[in-house]
Amino acid sequence: MNPGSSLLATVIPLPVLLPLLGAGLTLVLARRPTLQRAVSVTVLSAVVVIAALLLVAAVQSGPIVITVGSWPVPLGITLVVDPLSALMLLTSMSVTLAVLVYAIGQGVYDRDETTPITIFHPTYLVLAAGVANAFLSGDLFNLYVGFEVLLMASYVLLTLGGSRSRVRAGVTYVVVNVVSSLIFLVGIALTYAAVGTLNLAQISVRMADVSPGTALTIHLVLLTAFGIKAAVFPLSAWLPDSYPTAAAPVTAVFAGLLTKVGVYSIIRMETLVFPDSDVTRTILLVAAGLTMLVGALGAIAQADIKRVLSFTLVSHIGYMIFGIALATPMGVAGAVFYVVHHITVQATLFCVVGLIEGVGGSTSVTRLGGLARASPLLAILWFVPAINLGGIPPLSGFVGKLGLLQAGVADGSTLAWVLVVVAVLTSLLTLYAVTKVWVLAFWRPADQIPVAEADAPEESEDPDEELPGEQDTSHPEDAGDSRTGLPGAPTPRSGVLTRVRPGTARTLADREANTGAEVDWPVARLAPGESAPVLTGRFLGVAGDRVSRSLPRVMAGATAALVTLGLAITVFAGPLYAIADQAADDLVARTPYVQAVFAQTVDDRVAR
Amino acid sequence: MTSPIVLLGLVGVLYTTGVYLILERSLTRVLLGVLVLGNATNVLVVVAGGRAGEAPLVGRAPESAMSDALVQALVLTAIVITLGVTSFLLALIHRTWTLEREDDLTEDVEDRSLRRRLASGEQEDEEELDTTGCENVADTDPEDDDERSTEAAPDPAGHGHRAPAASTTGAGEDTR
Repeated sequence: MNPGSSLLATVIPLPVLLPLLGAGLTLVLARRPTLQRAVSVTVLSAVVVIAALLLVAAVQSGPIVITVGSWPVPLGITLVVDPLSALMLLTSMSVTLAVLVYAIGQGVYDRDETTPITIFHPTYLVLAAGVANAFLSGDLFNLYVGFEVLLMASYVLLTLGGSRSRVRAGVTYVVVNVVSSLIFLVGIALTYAAVGTLNLAQISVRMADVSPGTALTIHLVLLTAFGIKAAVFPLSAWLPDSYPTAAAPVTAVFAGLLTKVGVYSIIRMETLVFPDSDVTRTILLVAAGLTMLVGALGAIAQADIKRVLSFTLVSHIGYMIFGIALATPMGVAGAVFYVVHHITVQATLFCVVGLIEGVGGSTSVTRLGGLARASPLLAILWFVPAINLGGIPPLSGFVGKLGLLQAGVADGSTLAWVLVVVAVLTSLLTLYAVTKVWVLAFWRPADQIPVAEADAPEESEDPDEELPGEQDTSHPEDAGDSRTGLPGAPTPRSGVLTRVRPGTARTLADREANTGAEVDWPVARLAPGESAPVLTGRFLGVAGDRVSRSLPRVMAGATAALVTLGLAITVFAGPLYAIADQAADDLVARTPYVQAVFAQTVDDRVAR
Repeated sequence: MTSPIVLLGLVGVLYTTGVYLILERSLTRVLLGVLVLGNATNVLVVVAGGRAGEAPLVGRAPESAMSDALVQALVLTAIVITLGVTSFLLALIHRTWTLEREDDLTEDVEDRSLRRRLASGEQEDEEELDTTGCENVADTDPEDDDERSTEAAPDPAGHGHRAPAASTTGAGEDTR
């Protein structure tokens, strides 16, 4: 479009290419873990830099387009960088990089006996490539390919280690996502049959001539596909079942990125291809409200922190859908800002949960307590993003919600007002859910943890946790919850009076008793097959050691970096919101995107 | 564009079969369902390319008589993707088989415990309390790989104790 951007245009494919090349390289370097880590960190850092450059360029000079292989527009694959995709790319890649560092700190991949060392880094980079491809794609089919690339990688990451709970969650996850991909493919087929092209810009021009009924059908099919991927309410049941089982960094990156790619696709569809469709706007508004409420209520009911967060993740997707459904520049800007905020905050919180698991040996609030005293740093790391998620005023969550509420009020329709009320209510419910975790796991002294299992010997606590093969979060399901009942409330049951016993959970008060001997790797290695060493309580040190108060440095550093990123979004909320505004204006106007793509057209005969 | 009615009919039949299969409990059937649905979609994409024509090779036929090459490229990509997903699903099914010795999708542990809780009375749970503890202790032995599948049964039963008190938590689990 503009001559100055021609050089920049050549770097557009790099966010996709570099991680893919890096994936190959890390696979070759499988036996050199240090080099492997260096390669992946370097690659993702480079991608972050490129994304930042692209964002600056896109904001200053409008959308940049490159046709891969210099094929004319409708024939070749176009990659488009407009402010929206550049912003998404920068945010997601920054979070991906931070989580990678966190994962390196945790060392999930090479401590885990049953997981081939070779797998984690290449898969992670492929995931990054898929996400980048989805964001940059200017072509419906390329978007599908991007989705498939990131989904394939996510299948592998989710089932890393192949323990029973993960395989079970993995089957659900894979089947649901395969079905959603097939629906997407059906949408692609229908689109191609209707307009004879898959280039987004061209579709948007030609879709105006398609009869409304046909357009609505195509629209709904695509919306269903993206709705499953983005976990919008009636289609969201798969998420809280599958995410909590994965390893902490994997969950963090999934929560940050995968659903947001779906949200991004919905934004593109709603603004670019189907700009004025009242039917779907109403559907989306209703779905947004239900997503918010159901998600928040689900979060309150959960005792496991990972599940609480999975439900808040679903709940807050509703906010973005709300903004998109309003279809005003204000609404879309709010949604865009909220996506940026939410990617960061949700990933941060899942990273913190990984730390909590390491310190406390559990992620269930029924078994945690006294964490604030055990590790003040951890408490801060949880507290800041948690209230940010809840939307406490100075933080970015508040800014995003305020923007959305303003957009809703400006819209003025009854449904929009209802949504405004629901949004406020959801914000309060979210706050309640995260404060509950705060009060129970952090603030409550360790000796006030209710002990339901009055006659269970202390020793049974550990083995229970260290079930070989039942990794990470599996125990809240089958054992954790069975120990205690309703969080916080002492649970008198069947006539046996509950008594409070000090130091039930692995907090500082009880650390000498929990030496972590069962966690030690040689023990776990004896067990064949699926008995992967359990990762919980890892920071408690080896047998006989006195437990150190400090968190693992790299993981805590990466989490702190994410928290700082979240705060930076707050501090620079002004400029960021300006970018979101510009992105939204471009999106709603549609012309910048379409013109930029058609400017690349060499052969006019094929263009129209 | 004329609608090739036979192919569309085939798509319909395949979708019906696929949806039926994917709703089965057996994982192998779910896999077959995925395959059938995938093929149905591929045929649909081919149909979307319009009527059949000459082979799209330059010089063999006039451009207007060629069939659409693009959809075939799309379908090829889709087939490759389906192949990858299928192999991964096969691996998962094999893994489930080695872990569980059954082909069915195992129920969520909490769902199962909820049903057990409803079916059995409080008194019964009380007796199993000690069993739960013992099973867990036994489980520290890293070699008793097979113990775990049997252990899964009493464990959720232990869950049942909290049923009355943990009504809120239970309700939350119920919805999932």
